Amino acid sequence: MGPTETGSGSSAVAELAEASRSGDRRATARLLSLVERGGPQADEVASATHFHVGGAHVVGVTGAPGSGKSTITNSLTTLLAEAGRRPAVLAVDPSSPLTGGAILGDRVRMNGAAEAGVFIRSMATRGHAGGLALAVPGAVRVLDAAGFDPVIIETVGVGQVEVDVTDAADTTVVVVAPGWGDAVQANKAGLLEVADLFVVNKADRPGADDARRDLDLMLDLSTITGRVGGERPSVTMTTATEGDGIAELAEAVVGHLGRLSDGEELAQRRERRRLAEVRAHLGHLLEGAGEEVLATEASKATNPAESPMMVARRLAAGLLG
Amino acid sequence: MVGTGLPIRVVLAKLGLDGHDRGLKVVARMLRDAGMEVVYLGLRQTTGSILNAVEQEDADVVGISMHNAGHLTLGPRIVSALADAGLDVPVVIGGIVPDVDLAELEAAGVAAVLGPGAPVDEVVSTVRAVAGHDGSD
Ligand SMILES: Nc1nc2c(ncn2[C@@H]2O[C@H](COP(=O)(O)OP(=O)(O)OP(=O)(O)O)[C@@H](O)[C@H]2O)c(=O)[nH]1
Ligand SMILES: [Mg+2]
Repeated sequence: MGPTETGSGSSAVAELAEASRSGDRRATARLLSLVERGGPQADEVASATHFHVGGAHVVGVTGAPGSGKSTITNSLTTLLAEAGRRPAVLAVDPSSPLTGGAILGDRVRMNGAAEAGVFIRSMATRGHAGGLALAVPGAVRVLDAAGFDPVIIETVGVGQVEVDVTDAADTTVVVVAPGWGDAVQANKAGLLEVADLFVVNKADRPGADDARRDLDLMLDLSTITGRVGGERPSVTMTTATEGDGIAELAEAVVGHLGRLSDGEELAQRRERRRLAEVRAHLGHLLEGAGEEVLATEASKATNPAESPMMVARRLAAGLLG
Repeated sequence: MVGTGLPIRVVLAKLGLDGHDRGLKVVARMLRDAGMEVVYLGLRQTTGSILNAVEQEDADVVGISMHNAGHLTLGPRIVSALADAGLDVPVVIGGIVPDVDLAELEAAGVAAVLGPGAPVDEVVSTVRAVAGHDGSD
């Protein structure tokens, strides 16, 4: 859609974006809803926020269900807010594949952060045109442009989609807890490879030392060398419910950004992030165009005189030409 | 009903210090199964924490459960706090509300009241009706 066609719509979005930048939280919330909804207005939000990003340290917090991600995020952002930062949280939870509905329950553990002024937004995985790969970077951009820093993304770390969310972050923190959801599970879920920092949470529980030992062992045995200059990811022990270890974690998170920005790594990661987002948009656009062509050319597509592959090639050539 | 292409977003909370949140969780599941997105705040919420969540989550509806007969003060208080903040979001109250109090709550701007045994159809249709859209395209 061209600029003249969007007319008043885009100036409304531009006004929201300006209000959001000057600290109007309701405007920020509205922009996030537009991003979630997808489509032309989400594109306008992207254009209106794109040139105001870059200030935020984007931190992904991932790990098995119930490992303590929300409780950690609560304590960490509360501490950072009290230290004068302006944190925001994007808490992503799965939608029901059957109904599209969702129970977004992360705020239950974030009362302290909410009281400390942390901006918290819950987001469901489905029901967004183009899916999470489009909605999460778009939402992070809105929060970044609104001046929030850091922006924490909480996601459940099982399944490919969620692991892809680590593409959206500068720093990825993987949370493991003793017992179910421990280091071995995290390894199977492919989470060890994406971690910059590890947290062994629920250090007050029996088995926490074992979980740490397993994790250390796996890190020693694997070829994982961390993602900054081949360094081994650090492991922080926390009891998030008591706030124990959270100051150390905050130091590790801030320190990681410092090391990223010392060299080329931060710029390279952000370039990869950009590429991942362009790829997601490209896939979405091509898929949409493909569906359109199929809808209008269904009779040709089912013509038995050509193989399905040949039909697809011909249609694709038409799309690109 | 007008569709927005987005699921209805409902903030669910329990005010005050009392009780448990079993009933609230049942309602949360009913709404999820009807395709809504439920932002669940749980127990021990205050007017301020509910307002904060409604704003940040860009909610369409707020559902508040209250158990110990505080509805006549707390219900209107939430409604006027939302209005004062310029948040035009309907309030549904869940709990044991005697029939004689219904008119007073309605006059105070409470959008709907659901009793503790309200069947799923009533819960879902009430929330859809006050949200003003059915969440479909
Ligand atoms: N004993 C103990 N319990 C904890 C600790 N941290 C969190 N919990 C509890 O573990 C449960 C799950 O915590 P959450 O913070 O909701 O975990 P989560 O990883 O965000 O869970 P999902 O978002 O559902 O995947 C809650 O009952 C917390 O109170 C801890 O350090 N020690
Ligand atoms: Mg959580």
